[in-house]
Amino acid sequence: MMNIAIATPEIFLLSTICLILLMDLFLGEACRMVTYLLSIVALLATALLVYSSMGGDKITGLHDMYVRDDLGGVLKISILLLTVGIFVYARKYLREQDLWQSEFFLLSLFSVLGMMVMSSANNLLVVYLGLELLALSMYVLVAFKRDDGRSTEAAMKYFVLGAVASGMLLYGISILYGLSGKLDIAGVAAYVSVQNVMQNIPLLFALVFMVAGIAFKFGAVPFHMWVPDVYQGAPTAVTMFLGSVPKLAALAMFLRVLAESMAVAQPGWGQMLLVFGLLSVFLGNLVAIAQFNLKRMLAYSTIAHMGFILLGALTGTTQGYGAALFYTITYALTAAGAFAVLILLSREGVEAETLDDIKGLNERNPWYAFIMMMLLFSMAGIPPTVGFYAKLSIIDAVMQAGYLWPAVFMVVLSVIGAFYYLRAIKMMYFDKPDNTAPIEAELDFTILLSVNGLLMVVLGIFPSVLMGICSAAVVASL
Amino acid sequence: MLDLPILSFLIWLPIVGGFGVLIVGDRFGAKQFALGVALLTFLLSLPLYAWFDRTTANMQFVEFLPWVESFNINYHLGIDGISMPLILLNTFITVLVVIAGWEVIKYRISQYLAAFLIMEGVVNGVFASLDAMLFYIMFEGMLIPLFLIIGIWGGARRVYATIKFFLYTFFGSVFLLISLIYLYQLGGGTEGFTASFAIADLQKLPIGRTPQILIFLSFLLAFGVKVPMWPVHTWLPDAHVEAPTGGSVILAAITLKVGGYAFLRFALPIVPDAAAQLDWLVLFMSLTAVVYIGFVALVQQDMKKLVAYSSIAHMGFVTLGFFLVYSIAESAQANSTSMASAMLAMQGGMVQMVSHGFISGAMFLCIGVLYDRMHTRDINAYGGVANRMPMFAAFFVLFAMANTGLPGTSGFVGEFMVILASFKSDAWVAILASTTLIIGAAYTLWLVKRVIFGDIKNGEVAELQDISQREFVMLALLAGAVLLLGLWPQPLTDVMDMSIKNLVTQALQSKICIGRSVVEACQL
Repeated sequence: MMNIAIATPEIFLLSTICLILLMDLFLGEACRMVTYLLSIVALLATALLVYSSMGGDKITGLHDMYVRDDLGGVLKISILLLTVGIFVYARKYLREQDLWQSEFFLLSLFSVLGMMVMSSANNLLVVYLGLELLALSMYVLVAFKRDDGRSTEAAMKYFVLGAVASGMLLYGISILYGLSGKLDIAGVAAYVSVQNVMQNIPLLFALVFMVAGIAFKFGAVPFHMWVPDVYQGAPTAVTMFLGSVPKLAALAMFLRVLAESMAVAQPGWGQMLLVFGLLSVFLGNLVAIAQFNLKRMLAYSTIAHMGFILLGALTGTTQGYGAALFYTITYALTAAGAFAVLILLSREGVEAETLDDIKGLNERNPWYAFIMMMLLFSMAGIPPTVGFYAKLSIIDAVMQAGYLWPAVFMVVLSVIGAFYYLRAIKMMYFDKPDNTAPIEAELDFTILLSVNGLLMVVLGIFPSVLMGICSAAVVASL
Repeated sequence: MLDLPILSFLIWLPIVGGFGVLIVGDRFGAKQFALGVALLTFLLSLPLYAWFDRTTANMQFVEFLPWVESFNINYHLGIDGISMPLILLNTFITVLVVIAGWEVIKYRISQYLAAFLIMEGVVNGVFASLDAMLFYIMFEGMLIPLFLIIGIWGGARRVYATIKFFLYTFFGSVFLLISLIYLYQLGGGTEGFTASFAIADLQKLPIGRTPQILIFLSFLLAFGVKVPMWPVHTWLPDAHVEAPTGGSVILAAITLKVGGYAFLRFALPIVPDAAAQLDWLVLFMSLTAVVYIGFVALVQQDMKKLVAYSSIAHMGFVTLGFFLVYSIAESAQANSTSMASAMLAMQGGMVQMVSHGFISGAMFLCIGVLYDRMHTRDINAYGGVANRMPMFAAFFVLFAMANTGLPGTSGFVGEFMVILASFKSDAWVAILASTTLIIGAAYTLWLVKRVIFGDIKNGEVAELQDISQREFVMLALLAGAVLLLGLWPQPLTDVMDMSIKNLVTQALQSKICIGRSVVEACQL
């Protein structure tokens, strides 16, 4: 059955991207602002389309290639809105670093399209298609500062490793196809459900490759090597994008490929992800302590957070998936805000990226220091910030699934993790600034950053609504 | 009784006021504004005492609002005779702290005062929470203002001290979190119970022996760090030495009480069997604090460190009093006198908590007064202060005497009650506990001798000015409290009577063999 209508938002976004691409050809340097504004309008309009098409039901179409459900809707709206915020943040950076080119917005829009496709895929090949659209745009974005050696190097690393990971995923899918003759998610699920997974070596073999591909996208240990280098090398605006929004896509991929099509195989992938998750939490938190480059520190902290998300997701329960979704959305929001503070502190031609750059922020501007403190406390999971509820729901799900000792391990490591967040807060509040230049930002940047920081507290005090949305979406769709 | 949400006011007024102070900024009026908020909060807390119903152990002034439905977390507030005095202590001490910072803090005073006001609100939340997760959120949230207070306005090694403080307490409390989640899930899986974080539900929940022991140990870690008990006390001297005067006062007078309070609210009633089985561990740790830490205090050269160690020793008395319940019940198989002694011990611990709030607060304020003039806390730099500051010396000696437990001061009441009760449990415990009267007297009086008495040590001491009116007011208020509580403790013990009685009953009721006492259950 065709039912093209279920892909309306994606079709709309693609057409708009092509339109912007064409228009941009005829608009000069001076009119770049138009491209920027159009991109934002496109994202907002797409978000509206997604919202209006959410109906609590699950409709497949396009020859069963595509699905429209609430889970996809929540993921897509989060992706789109976060990207709007990131564009606003990025404008300041791109202008100052002489990177004010429309390609940033267009490539980002393409990757957003890829992520939307992943969120709604109902076929393993469609997942792959979306993933590649995302990844290829990302490789280019990372190399965006093309005359900077580090940026190019990061892009090369990301490309080579990413290609290997994509290959692994594809290989896993092909083995699965060889076994089952199915690529659509329902078909695979039907095949897997009659297998004795733990005894079926070829199936486990396929699973290993697919889990490896997914773990790479999450940046989970031991597939994490690209994360710090790419985070550090990429221009900060790209790091901000890379470090927040694609995490939602990775979760979407996990939910579609493992949770939805191989729910029965949970004992198989659950074990692997348990190891990956625990290692990520361990290594991410420990190595972050040794980092003085803030971007690298945030990279390792991301690894630790991804460990948390994987641990929540691997439980295989709707409670765990809901917790992972809640964690991912709030984490993406937090990470975007933290990178925005880095952008705030960089100036014409100078990038803020070490811990020294945030020294004495409280003396330079108490309000931004407060915002950053809330973001960092949220990452550390200290109440009353939203990070606490994210951790609470993950740990609750993990314990409910019977993993008591992993839960203890996680909280102990989050204490260790608190150290480097505290060190950053210490730099802001207890040290004297090296640089007393006033911090300037345009009004929309300031307002958005303030809202972002305050959301940490507001969502921390009233987490019910978002939690409810996440668990309802998971329950309705999986 | 009017139906006002007083507890919510006590929590949110200081928090909102604190942010208000931030908005007012350093320019003008921040101090007056902060003092106004602190005074208003204190006045608002007085009705809690006046309208308190002394004839019941039920929670009073209860407020209930659903909060996070997916976890069944509720905004559930209420107080009983155990938490009410601590809330009053908190609102009272915060007024003093605002006064203490009045002229002394020059750097970012509005942030300083705001941090204390926010702290006050959060601590009121800790004492008033009837939902374990609400309690945990307040318990953790308390760390943020204190972390900033020590880190921004502290001394030379403030960064080390404040990070150590934060990580220590955070480490302890994550185990609390795990335990609470475990209990929540246990409630969901037990017939007749629902998954709930309500403390009252957790207190009724039957729990097996092994989980009880693990939960007790994690409670011990979480609250033991906060109290702090030996051997997890090492953050306290560092934090005290580096904190500004106001920070030290709040730390000693208020935050340490949170640990003690949590033992009463969580450890004893929720896991009574484990507490009965492991009470020897707590008694050992408490007695070590009393004796060993007392000796450690004796050799300190830094005044603040000395008082910090003396705080640990005194808090050892508190936990001793709380956990004597079991050995008393064991030695005198549940007759009526043992009940009375168990109550006496626990009440003694509570009185000691309140009294220590006043005395340690006063001691740190006195040291602050000296430090503001001399900019050193080294005992050797002082000598003969009484010659130049007679009024100050009078106060200092009074508080020092209270610290040693002189009859007539509040320090005597709590210690005497605990020691009296401890004779019912074991003579050796009583004898070891009694040594505090000697050791405490030794380090405190020696401190007084070296700092206050003798000849004027040096030129700097010779130029000291006696206390100002502002300092007089704050010390006089505390002196009044110390004497009042020492001479007439009944108003305090009256309000907590019913709640303590109820608590002792709960603490002695086994959760493994329902309907029997923990002492019998242990012998099964």
